[in-house]
Amino acid sequence: MKIRSQKDFVSGIALIAVGAIFAIGATNYSFGSSIRPGPGYFPFGLGIILSILGLSILLGAFTAKSKDGDPIGAIPWRALICIVGALVFFGYFLPRLGFLISFPIMIAITSAGGSEFTWKDALLNAFILTALSYAIFIHGLQLSIPLWPA
Amino acid sequence: MDLLNNLALGFQTSLSLANLGYAFLGALLGTLIGVLPGLGPIATIAMLLPSMYSLEPTSALIMLAGIFYGAQYGGSTTAILINVPGEASSVVTALDGYQMARKGRAGTALAVSALGSFFAGTIGTMVVAAFAPPLAALAFEFGAPEYCALMFLGLVGAVVLASGSLDKALAMVVLGLLLGQVNTDVITAVPRFSFDIPELMDGINFVIIAMGVFSFGEIIANLGKPPEHREVFVKNVTGLWPSKKDFKEASPAAVRGTLIGCLLGVLPGAGPILASFTSYSLEKKLAKHPEEFGKGAIQGVAAPEAANNSGAQTAFIPMLTLGIPTSAIMALMIGAMTLMGIQPGPQVISSNPSLFWGLITSMWVGNLMLVILNLPLIGIWVKLLTVPYRFLFPAIMAFCAIGVYSLSNSTFDVYCTAMFAVIGYVFHKLGFEPAPLILGFILGPMMEENLRRSLLMSRGDWTIFITRPIAAIMIAVAVVLMAAIALPIIRKKREEVFVEEE
Repeated sequence: MKIRSQKDFVSGIALIAVGAIFAIGATNYSFGSSIRPGPGYFPFGLGIILSILGLSILLGAFTAKSKDGDPIGAIPWRALICIVGALVFFGYFLPRLGFLISFPIMIAITSAGGSEFTWKDALLNAFILTALSYAIFIHGLQLSIPLWPA
Repeated sequence: MDLLNNLALGFQTSLSLANLGYAFLGALLGTLIGVLPGLGPIATIAMLLPSMYSLEPTSALIMLAGIFYGAQYGGSTTAILINVPGEASSVVTALDGYQMARKGRAGTALAVSALGSFFAGTIGTMVVAAFAPPLAALAFEFGAPEYCALMFLGLVGAVVLASGSLDKALAMVVLGLLLGQVNTDVITAVPRFSFDIPELMDGINFVIIAMGVFSFGEIIANLGKPPEHREVFVKNVTGLWPSKKDFKEASPAAVRGTLIGCLLGVLPGAGPILASFTSYSLEKKLAKHPEEFGKGAIQGVAAPEAANNSGAQTAFIPMLTLGIPTSAIMALMIGAMTLMGIQPGPQVISSNPSLFWGLITSMWVGNLMLVILNLPLIGIWVKLLTVPYRFLFPAIMAFCAIGVYSLSNSTFDVYCTAMFAVIGYVFHKLGFEPAPLILGFILGPMMEENLRRSLLMSRGDWTIFITRPIAAIMIAVAVVLMAAIALPIIRKKREEVFVEEE
């Protein structure tokens, strides 16, 4: 059998796995019965349904009509890592370094995700957005955000 | 002519100069805070509530109504401009609104959304004034099986939202339902799928998932394209004001959306959300060119915006007549009323008529202020889109990051958003559309609770869903809808098979 849709093949496997994980996880909670459904009743059923849907998508991957094999295509690692990395950085360092240090660095990391990255733009973004966010969120709305290193 | 007398009494209160001022101030603050991602109506009201203690109750409630509508409209604004739905019911607006913005029609989308909302709000006000008691009775007819059937219908409707494969849309709904299972079980209080992380015991916040899969997934995908193909927005923004053709297409959709909103808004729980999803599905079914939906159909903005707004209006019915909050926002409003010494419930109409009718008319005034305020603002919002993408995406990131953190001052939420950003990008890559996931996620816990209650009621007999008339009708509609979606696809596939064999 030939995989005619790479996307559906991967999707199918991923959905079967996620469904199975939820269904297995649900066995930790009491299943109850239809008369008195327990906390595991609903997620177990849903997990099974998700796996079945995944299986259907997986089988469809062998009969799909695409000519080029419906490839997933290149992954923009730079953008992915910069955006996700910037969020994780912000989450980790906000309580430790405070807003005024962690926020501009987060913006600079984010800016690096673009393919037209220049240091000038990154610094400009970091400066302007930090000033703007400070004015709106901390000065204006008085959100409780740590400002300085703890 | 009780209705007119009542409305007149209401307008006497709400149209005083001071109260108009409060309505305007509320709508302004609501819009300005509402356009910040992550800060929806709930956060906005919670933030501004303390500063309203000193006002007299009527003025305070009028200002609250202004904030409520402002924040809601602010959420739709970001949904249209940058694909960040500020609250659950603007998820649907994002589908076609954002695509309109990409085609240079952001101004039209925003104007249609504002005008559609105003129209819906006007009708909604009259419906509340005329039919509050009978509509409240309708909500009483709904027991657990009816709710469960209604949600099932909503989920089937959500599948219509997706323009791609049926299998994948169904999978997204189920995945959304499963994500909604990360919480503490409402019936037995057992924490589920929480891995002993206290933050997960309350469930994942809707904003985190919406932001991750919609905004961040989209940003990563855009950055992955070479800059010359990126062209996120058309540079020349044409016509801020809707054309005659736009009005002709949008008006019937807005009328139908309004009606759906009025009916479904009364139901506690997910009224306005279900209303916006349902009206979108209906428009897609009725449209001459359903293939335009998801690519910037104006009806796809007008209908859900109208539905969501008239739904928000009639959501006040159970609150005002029965004292039952239909949503977190209504609960906050009740909280605000109680703080001001008013006990919501049936007695408010008779004991404090000027407040009751003042509140109802102020809903309308709040809506009016919103239109007056936002039509001129549209030009400014649209200007924002001409900012080059290399400056725009860090700005979206900045506001989203702070918005997520401020949901509950927790860095855990920031990590969750990072995770959903990856998931959102995976969805994008594999051709899954996120809207059905969001609806599944929102309805999941409510549906489960009602399903389990129904089964308890019927002692495990599943026929309860077809022996109760209202539930049976909804299940039947869902089945027909499902068949209507599935049949063309099956037929098409079979045709393809036959073509190949020949």
